[in-house]
Amino acid sequence: MDRTRSVSVRPQPNDQNPMNNSGIPQIGLNFRAEILDARLSAPFPAAEPRAGPSRRLLTLVGMESAAVEIDGLVKRYGRTTAIDGLTLTARRGEVTAILGPNGAGKTSTIEICEGFRQADGGVVRVLGLDPARPELRARVGVMLQAGGVPPAARAGEWLRLVSRFYARPLDPAALLDRLGLTGHARTPYRRLSGGQQQRISLAAAVIGRPELVFLDEPSAGLDPQARHACWDLVGDLRRAGVSVVLTTHHMDEAEKLADHVVIIDRGRVVAEGSPATLTGAERQLRFRARPGLNLDELLTGLPDGSAAKESPAGHYIIEGPASAGVGPELLATVTAWCAAEGVTADDLSIERRTLEDVFLELTGRELR
Amino acid sequence: MTPTLDVSPAPGAAPMARMVAAQAAAEVRATLRNGEQLLLTLIIPVLLLAGFSAAPLLDLGEVRRVDFLAPGVLALAVMSTAFTGQAIATGFERRYGVLKRLGATPLSRTGLMLAKTAAVIAVEVVQVAVIAGVALALGWRPQGSPLTAALLIVLGTAAFSGLGLLMAGTLRAEATLAAANLVYLVLLGCGGVVFPLTAFPEAVRPALELLPITALTGGLREVLAEGAALPLGPAAVLVVWAAAALALAARTFRWE
Repeated sequence: MDRTRSVSVRPQPNDQNPMNNSGIPQIGLNFRAEILDARLSAPFPAAEPRAGPSRRLLTLVGMESAAVEIDGLVKRYGRTTAIDGLTLTARRGEVTAILGPNGAGKTSTIEICEGFRQADGGVVRVLGLDPARPELRARVGVMLQAGGVPPAARAGEWLRLVSRFYARPLDPAALLDRLGLTGHARTPYRRLSGGQQQRISLAAAVIGRPELVFLDEPSAGLDPQARHACWDLVGDLRRAGVSVVLTTHHMDEAEKLADHVVIIDRGRVVAEGSPATLTGAERQLRFRARPGLNLDELLTGLPDGSAAKESPAGHYIIEGPASAGVGPELLATVTAWCAAEGVTADDLSIERRTLEDVFLELTGRELR
Repeated sequence: MTPTLDVSPAPGAAPMARMVAAQAAAEVRATLRNGEQLLLTLIIPVLLLAGFSAAPLLDLGEVRRVDFLAPGVLALAVMSTAFTGQAIATGFERRYGVLKRLGATPLSRTGLMLAKTAAVIAVEVVQVAVIAGVALALGWRPQGSPLTAALLIVLGTAAFSGLGLLMAGTLRAEATLAAANLVYLVLLGCGGVVFPLTAFPEAVRPALELLPITALTGGLREVLAEGAALPLGPAAVLVVWAAAALALAARTFRWE
């Protein structure tokens, strides 16, 4: 871990990046988050084209309230503190993904925003309003993590019922069609597969043409086709200017859908930023070999500022200096060293970090 | 080829009346489609009415059996819908997160309660029509004012709805299911629905008369069998039950 820090935490001067002041973890920094802190200030020209400074400025001066604004949120259940001073902002018209391990506080956070639960501390504003305000019910769409539909209700009937609560709803039949459920309109909810049930819940969340949609694990239990149908719909919402806040375990989902990713753990934000800022532009050299190679020895042969780590056992990740990254020379040095050690580097690849790597670095690998 | 769908924001709540009507219609549909509910609300009452009218099992003296039974079975029908059916349905709605989910729509809790009340009344209208039809076919000769009977039914509905929602909002769904059926059976047996109160020892009769089902059967019988004006005793018992149960349900109801 120390080796990783020695490289990655080093500040990287850069003043042109408009993202410099946004998306940096604000609270809850443990030392692992510093890794990202440094990465966030690295130059990423392609990062967050939709979130330029002007939009942010508007939010800051209060001319446009954010979709969701959470400041210092605290939630306790008995003696357990589920949310411990959580602060985040979901901007309007963006897809914000809240990532975290089980028990991190994702559902508690989203249900406080939906008005289902009371906060024990801090301030929450949804579209600039207290989440308990009844006028939000018409403006906000909700998909619960599970349930919420009478088991005997037919899919089409349930959507028609929910649509009648809104002034200008989507056509239930068109929505069913869009989600590939036309053939199941007359099927009772309890006879639908898990993925079909999820899609009905998703449909009910958007049928009232809301400004803001909360989706709690929208693609949990979906097969690949249904997952893409779900992603397509979220894409449609984003293009139509609907703000979306979703929770997920799936890194690829966050990477694909989200403008802004917030990683939370133990009820606090440990990192946030666009998927690109979080994963960084640098590439890594990865390979598998027998566990316990002496990486200190390898590092002496690599350029200053390189990093090497073994995580988990037998999986090696090598990073080059920030300026050079993984170049041909570094690759040659590593493979030569492997040859000298008498090991074959399996599955050798050079690739960018994935959100999953970032996530595991931040939240640890141990199962909970 | 996925069709395009305009999902651009156009938020807004429907008018309250439309929301309540939609929800009430959904609840009526759910009740009439549910086999167990139909058994409770229509089949058992009609079988009791027809069976005990035909078979000389009850010792009623001068009174014709169908004239005695029809008011009792009407009261049973009210109890089955307002109390048993509503408690079980609402208990499971809570358990399945339906109440929670509806809480995230523009339908307010007041609106939901109005819809439930409207649905109960609509089902009762169907029940009264069927039961009265069967009873008339069996030679029932109702006395008294239908309006007075309707007023008693409204009071009974309020009392039983309060008790049903009290149960549904506090107990687990399975416990509600068991308890609501048990209470239905007990009240059916000792509330003067089929067996006259005179069948019970004199010592327990005053206590039985304070039950909401006894008040409703007794009140309806005084009106429909004897042609009385509004019977104040039973009406007062129902009002007290309604006020107490609804107030307690409002204070204790848990939506999740």
